[in-house]
Amino acid sequence: MASYTYETHNYDVVVVGAGGAGLRATLGMAEQGLRTACVTKVFPTRSHTVAAQGGIAASLGNMGPDSWQWHMYDTVKGSDWLGDTDAMEYLARSAPAAVYELEHYGVPFSRTEEGKIYQRPFGGHTTEFGEGPPVQRTCAAADRTGHAILHTLYGQSLKNNAEFFIEYFALDLIMSDDGVCQGVVCWKLDDGTMHVFNAKMVVLATGGYGRAYFSATSAHTCTGDGGGMVARAGLPLQDMEFVQFHPTGIYGSGCLITEGVRGEGGYLTNAEGERFMERYAPHYKDLAPRDYVSRCMTLEIREGRGVGEHKDHIFLNLSHLPKEALAERLPGISESAKIFAGVDVTKEPIPVLPTVHYNMGGIPTNYWGEALNPTAENPTAIVPGLMAVGEAGCASVHGANRLGSNSLIDLVVFGRAAAIRAGEVVDPKARPAEYNKASVDKCFDRFDALRNAKGGIPTAELRLEMQRTMQADAAVFRTDKTLAEGVENMTKIAGKMGDLKVTDRSLVWNSDLMETLELTNLMPNALATIVGAEARKESRGAHASEDHTTRDDENWRKHSIMRVDGNKVDLSYRPVITDPLTTEAEGGIALSTIAPKARTF
Amino acid sequence: MVQFTLPKNSKIRVGKTWPRPEGAKNVRKFMIYRWDPDTGENPRVDTYFLDMDKCGPMILDALIKIKNEIDPTLTFRRSCREGICGSCAMNIDGINTLACIYGLDEVKGDVKIYPLPHMPVVKDLVPDLTHFYAQHASIMPFLQTATNEPEKEWRQTIEDRKKLDGLYECVMCASCSTSCPSYWWNSDRYLGPAALLHAYRWIVDSRDEATAERLDALEDPFKLYRCHTIMNCTKTCPKGLNPAKAIAEIKKLMVSRHV
Ligand SMILES: Cc1cc2nc3c(=O)[nH]c(=O)nc-3n(C[C@H](O)[C@H](O)[C@H](O)COP(=O)(O)OP(=O)(O)OC[C@H]3O[C@@H](n4cnc5c(N)ncnc54)[C@H](O)[C@@H]3O)c2cc1C
Repeated sequence: MASYTYETHNYDVVVVGAGGAGLRATLGMAEQGLRTACVTKVFPTRSHTVAAQGGIAASLGNMGPDSWQWHMYDTVKGSDWLGDTDAMEYLARSAPAAVYELEHYGVPFSRTEEGKIYQRPFGGHTTEFGEGPPVQRTCAAADRTGHAILHTLYGQSLKNNAEFFIEYFALDLIMSDDGVCQGVVCWKLDDGTMHVFNAKMVVLATGGYGRAYFSATSAHTCTGDGGGMVARAGLPLQDMEFVQFHPTGIYGSGCLITEGVRGEGGYLTNAEGERFMERYAPHYKDLAPRDYVSRCMTLEIREGRGVGEHKDHIFLNLSHLPKEALAERLPGISESAKIFAGVDVTKEPIPVLPTVHYNMGGIPTNYWGEALNPTAENPTAIVPGLMAVGEAGCASVHGANRLGSNSLIDLVVFGRAAAIRAGEVVDPKARPAEYNKASVDKCFDRFDALRNAKGGIPTAELRLEMQRTMQADAAVFRTDKTLAEGVENMTKIAGKMGDLKVTDRSLVWNSDLMETLELTNLMPNALATIVGAEARKESRGAHASEDHTTRDDENWRKHSIMRVDGNKVDLSYRPVITDPLTTEAEGGIALSTIAPKARTF
Repeated sequence: MVQFTLPKNSKIRVGKTWPRPEGAKNVRKFMIYRWDPDTGENPRVDTYFLDMDKCGPMILDALIKIKNEIDPTLTFRRSCREGICGSCAMNIDGINTLACIYGLDEVKGDVKIYPLPHMPVVKDLVPDLTHFYAQHASIMPFLQTATNEPEKEWRQTIEDRKKLDGLYECVMCASCSTSCPSYWWNSDRYLGPAALLHAYRWIVDSRDEATAERLDALEDPFKLYRCHTIMNCTKTCPKGLNPAKAIAEIKKLMVSRHV
C-alpha cells in the first residue's frame, strides 16, 4: 500500500472548483453560516468561465418586453424536451434577481442609453412563446462577460473572506461504505503535500470535459475531473451523449467567436456567398439554436459548398457592422480573429467551423444541486453529502441542447440554490464525521500507481488517440456505424489506461502526473459519451443520427444514466421531470404551451 | 548588504541538449529555463529542437509540443490558450508576455524562454504569485456602496461605463508588475502596476462610493509613489492595457484632493 502523510482539514462544506459556479456556491455557503473551503486546481480567475464572451440570459426586459415564462419556454424548446421542467422553471424565474445581484457585486455590464444593463439577441431566445420576433435577453459586458463576472465574483469572495485552497488538485471523493460522501482528497501542487478535506457536504463545480475531443473551445483544464471522481465512486453520469458543437469556432485554432456576433447582425455564408441559414431557418435565420446551425453548416460543407482551399469551413461575416459597434461591443473577438485567423474583421470574414463547446450531460442533480443516484424505484434518490453545480452537473436545464447564454445564468442560479439547500441539510454544530480511511488509502494507491506508471504509452499519446476517436466518431452527424466503431475504439483505448507511462516522478508541480490524472478523468466522460450516443436511436438536440433522423418521444424522452467502471459502461434510463414548479393557476406556464412538438425554426 | 555577485544557487548552468528531429527541414532551437526544487541543483537551460512544419503558430504550441513529444517533465502553467485566463505569462525573448498569444514568428532566431523575472520560482516556468495576488486583494477589488441597493441595477451612463474600458480587461498575468524595476526592488511595499490598475478600475467606477477610502489607502510613499513612470508595464502588457496611465490618474486625483 502506498503511504503518503497528509493534513486533515475539517469543514462544513468543501467546494471543488472556483469558476462561476464554484465561486457563487462558496459565497452562498458562507452566507448560510457554513464553514466553507474552496479548492481549485487553477487560480480562481483562470477558471474557464473567464473565457465566456457573449453574455448571461435573464428576462430583464431592458430592451423590450420579456418575461420569465418566455425564457422558460425557449429553454424547454432549446432542450428539445429533454430538460427537467422544474429545474428549467427555477432557472428562468430566478435569472433576473441573479443578474441584478451580479450587477450589485460590481460586474461592469455594458449599458443602454437609460443606463440599464445592455442586452443582446442570442440564438433561440424569442418572444411570445416562440411566435414573436427574437428578444434581446442576453446581458453583456462587451464580449467579455465571463471575464467580467468571474473577476467580480472573485473580488466578492475576497470581500467575504472566503477560504481558498489554490492550486490544490482534487483527486478523489471520500465515500463511506454506505454511500455517503465525506470529503475529498487533494494534492497541493506547489509543495507536493497531500490534504484530506473532511466535510459534511462536497460540491463539485469542476466544469466540462471539452478536452475529450481534438478540437474544442474549452481550456486545457476542462477535463471533467468531477465526472471522473464520481464515476470512480460508482456513481452515475447523465445524458453524456449530448455534446454541443458551437457553430463558430475559429477554423484551425478552435478559439470561440461568440454567437453575440450573429446577435449583433453578423451572418454565415458558404462558397457561393449565400446566406444559407435563411434557407434552413426562414424565421430565426442565423440565430437558430446552435445544434441546428452546426448541422446546417456541416451539410453545406458536405454538399461541396464549404469555403477555403479544402472547401472545409464557412465564413462568418461582420465587416458590414459599424466600426463603432465592433469596437464597443465586440472588441475581444476582433482581437482573437486577428491573432488566431489573421483577419481584420472590419474588412474580411472570419473562417469558422462547428467546434466542441459545451457538455449538456454531467453529474445528475435535482434543482437544488443535490447529486442523484437513481434507482428503478426512486429515480430521484440523492447521494448524501454530494452536490454538483455548473457545467459539471446536469440539473437538467439544458437537456439535449443548451441555449447560448443559459450556462452563465445556470452557474449563478444553481450555485446559489445549492447553498440554500446546504443551509437546510448541513448542521454546522454537528461534529465532523469519522471519514472512511480505506477510501483515502484507495485514493493514494491510485495516485502512487500513476505517479510510478512505467507502461508503454505516454499520457499525451493516449490522450491524442482518445481525442481523435471522439472527434471522428462522435461528431455533429452520427451514424449507427460510426458510433458502433467509436464504442469499439474507445473501449480499446480506455483499456490501455493500465499501460500508461509517466516520466516525471516528482511531487512538486508535477504536470506530467497532473495531465495523467486528468486523462483518467477524461476517459470515463468520453466513454460514457460515445456509449450513450450509440444506444440512443433517435435525433434530439445535439445528438443527430443519420439513421434515426427524428425525435422519438415515446421511446426516448428519458435521461441516459451511465455508470462507468474501467472501460465498461452500464446504461440505464430515468424519466424526464415534466411537471413545472408552479401551475398555470399559480402564475406558472401552461402545460399545453410546453408540451412536446416539432422543433422548427 | 549589497551583494555584487549572484548567490551560488542562482547561477544558471548549461543543461541538456535534446536531439534534433530526424528528417526535419525547418528546425528551430528553443532554450528553456529549468529548475527542479527536488534535486537541489542549480537552474539550467535545456535546449530543444522542433520541426516548425509540424508546430502550431504560438509559443505555447511549441511548449506543448515539447512536453507532449520530447520531454514530459517540462513544467509551465496554461489553460485557455486564447489570452484571457492569464496563466501562461513568461519571459519570451526578453519580453514578459502570454505564451498563447505570442507568435513564434515574433521571435527572431533561437527562442529563449524564462519564467517571469524577479519572482520566486516553484518549478521551471512556474513562478510563485502568492504575494502578487495578496497585493491585488489588498486594493479591495469589489464594489463598495453605502446607499441602499436598488431593486434592479445601479444605473450607469454609457460614458461612465466607458471609463472602465482599458481597466477591467486585466487578466492578472503579472507581466507588467514583473517588468517594473521599481517592483523588482520594492515589491514588498510597492503595489506594482497590476494592483494599481485594479485600484483605479474601482476608483473610477461611478457606482462605487468608497473613493475617499480607496485613495486614503494608497496615500503612502511606497504603495503608489514608487512608480517612476518607467513605462515598462504599458510596453509589455499582452492585452494592450496602460497601467502607467492608470497610475498617473491616481496620482492626479491625489493632487487634486489636496488643493
Ligand atoms: C469560449 C467559451 C465561451 C463561452 N461563452 C458563454 C457565454 O457567453 N454565455 C454562457 O452562458 N456560457 C458560455 N460558455 C459556457 C460557460 O462559460 C461554461 O459552461 C461555464 O463557464 C462553466 O463554469 P463552471 O463554473 O461550471 O466551470 P469552470 O469555469 O470551467 O471552472 C471549473 C473549476 O473547477 C476547478 N477544477 C476542475 N477540476 C479540478 C480538480 N480536479 N481539482 C480542483 N479543482 C478543479 C478549476 O480549477 C476551476 O476553478 C462559454 C464557454 C466557452 C468555452
